[in-house]
Amino acid sequence: MARVEMAELAHSYRPRPASDADYALKKMTFVWEDGGAYALLGPSGCGKSTLLNIISGLLRPSEGRVLFDGRDVTALSPAERNIAQVFQFPVVYDTMTVAENLGFPLRNRGVAEAEVRARVAEVGEMLELTPMLDRRAAGLTADQKQKISLGRGLVRSDVAAILFDEPLTVIDPHLKWLLRRKLKQVHERFRRTLIYVTHDQNEALTFADKVVVMHDGRVLQLGTPQELFERPEHRFVGYFIGSPGMNFLPCVATDGGLAIAGVETPLDPSLAARVNGSNGTLELGIRPEFIELHETPTPGSLAAQVERVEDLGNFRLVTARLASHELKIKLPEGQALPAGTAHLVLPPAWARLYRDGRLVG
Amino acid sequence: MDKTENNRAWLLVIPVLLVVAFSAIIPLMTVVNFSVQDIFGPGERVWVGTEWFEEVLADTRLHDALWRQFLFSGLVLLIEIPLGVMIALAMPREGWSVSLVLVVLALPLLIPWNVIGTIWIIFTRPDIGLMGNTINRLGLGFDHTASPLDAWVTLMLMEVWHWTPLVALLAYAGLKAIPDAYFQAAQIDGASRWAVFRYIQLPKMRGVLTIAILLRFMDSFLIYAEPFVLTGGGPGNATTFLSIYLVKIAVGQFDLGPAAAFSIIYFLIVLLFSWIFYQVLQNVGRGRA
Repeated sequence: MARVEMAELAHSYRPRPASDADYALKKMTFVWEDGGAYALLGPSGCGKSTLLNIISGLLRPSEGRVLFDGRDVTALSPAERNIAQVFQFPVVYDTMTVAENLGFPLRNRGVAEAEVRARVAEVGEMLELTPMLDRRAAGLTADQKQKISLGRGLVRSDVAAILFDEPLTVIDPHLKWLLRRKLKQVHERFRRTLIYVTHDQNEALTFADKVVVMHDGRVLQLGTPQELFERPEHRFVGYFIGSPGMNFLPCVATDGGLAIAGVETPLDPSLAARVNGSNGTLELGIRPEFIELHETPTPGSLAAQVERVEDLGNFRLVTARLASHELKIKLPEGQALPAGTAHLVLPPAWARLYRDGRLVG
Repeated sequence: MDKTENNRAWLLVIPVLLVVAFSAIIPLMTVVNFSVQDIFGPGERVWVGTEWFEEVLADTRLHDALWRQFLFSGLVLLIEIPLGVMIALAMPREGWSVSLVLVVLALPLLIPWNVIGTIWIIFTRPDIGLMGNTINRLGLGFDHTASPLDAWVTLMLMEVWHWTPLVALLAYAGLKAIPDAYFQAAQIDGASRWAVFRYIQLPKMRGVLTIAILLRFMDSFLIYAEPFVLTGGGPGNATTFLSIYLVKIAVGQFDLGPAAAFSIIYFLIVLLFSWIFYQVLQNVGRGRA
């Protein structure tokens, strides 16, 4: 178990990176606390697998250092770092039995045979593999194979961290739940540092204590699922987390307030002071869940045209047009919906202000 | 699902039947025809039953040729398969050198078989051949036309040079098809280089190696052109393999009956051993052997 630290880390797949765009990972300093269950979330190609492979040691970063509990491991191999990693496609050693597969990492390290057996039995039981321990791994289903891959990570009691690279991609949906729950149980029992790469926000939010959102080679935010939902620190986080994502409305700073589509709203004085006089694009972000919809105008409300309504079972998704901007609103079931013009209220408690994509307040 | 009977479906099979009939069945039946009859000319034939078979099976020169043939094929498999796998493991995985290595490897496979024999005749000649002359200058007498051992050494060298690239190319294709995740997982599991080979590369190459072993066994068991050109079966009968002996009987002595009986036995041996190899290799993969 270890606290994993990345100091001034950057990576480029090109031999001589010239500009920022050449870097798959932009320079970052970041800490994964010991025993945490982290999800590394981001769209495909954002550098999350690169980051994972750098932590495990499969890839050597072009700049910066990786520290495990303060020890520099940048130059060490995955085996020397004592890390476990589970890959997108299940890797099993076909010619071995399930038990031999599970014991493989221990035998490679010269662990005593009695202990290997004990550990294999324990891990096999935890992952519900006991009935098939003596079977060959070749003929098993994808989810069983993935359990074996996971088991090879868990069988070593001293791993620094267990890394998952989209491990449930090839698993049937109904089995995904089971495996994800298993992972959570495993974490609660062993308290290993777990880092779980995924592009599926549901997976990230249900699995992890802390979610790290990456985009374009940068870590944008580290936070609990609630923090990511309520206070996205970056426009991208707001857009990427939530379904549908956050609405963004361009606005202009006025004396002591904000103008959205010509309607002025007062602003908290401290915030107003930070916004006023600065240049850069200002945007107001609000989640579809928090927009209030009224049939009659109220003070500070914005008139919008209702364009489309989709009934999604337990809520309705309203698409409304405010000037030239499209807004998504989640409407609880049973609430009346005005036809044509609706009056929107954006509660200040849930409205966030972004300047050039970054959260201001 | 309901099946409907429609005999017109047979029409669709006719083209294949015709092709197979003319390319395989009819020539084979001709051989069967010759093996059980004594044929003097059109319309003149005598049924002899198993006489030719008995004659051929009792032929001690054929026995010698058969053991020679097994020795040759055995050596071919023992040398070429491990060597081909080693070459494949040492080949570059990416970069410009891949194409270069592939082209160089494939060169021997592109040369006509009788030309291969000629190349090696010249190469090993004691007077002007690069190899033959060099060895003789070192003081080791080397002449494949006089010494049976030298003839075998030359033949094996030629065979290994000619066909190991095929094994290497097949093995290389098998290796390239293994996803990177396997090697990464092995690295993380702390597997040694040998364990990676034993538990990942070798099992994943099983399919292509089965093909390689079958091809090399059949080809080497049926070898004709190269030893015919290089040694003509000599010195003495030292390199008279089954096919060379068969041609001697059929063309040299014009004993078509025994030659036909011999051909059928020859064919059955190849078929039997190919089947045994296939079964064994399949069972190895499933862990039953």
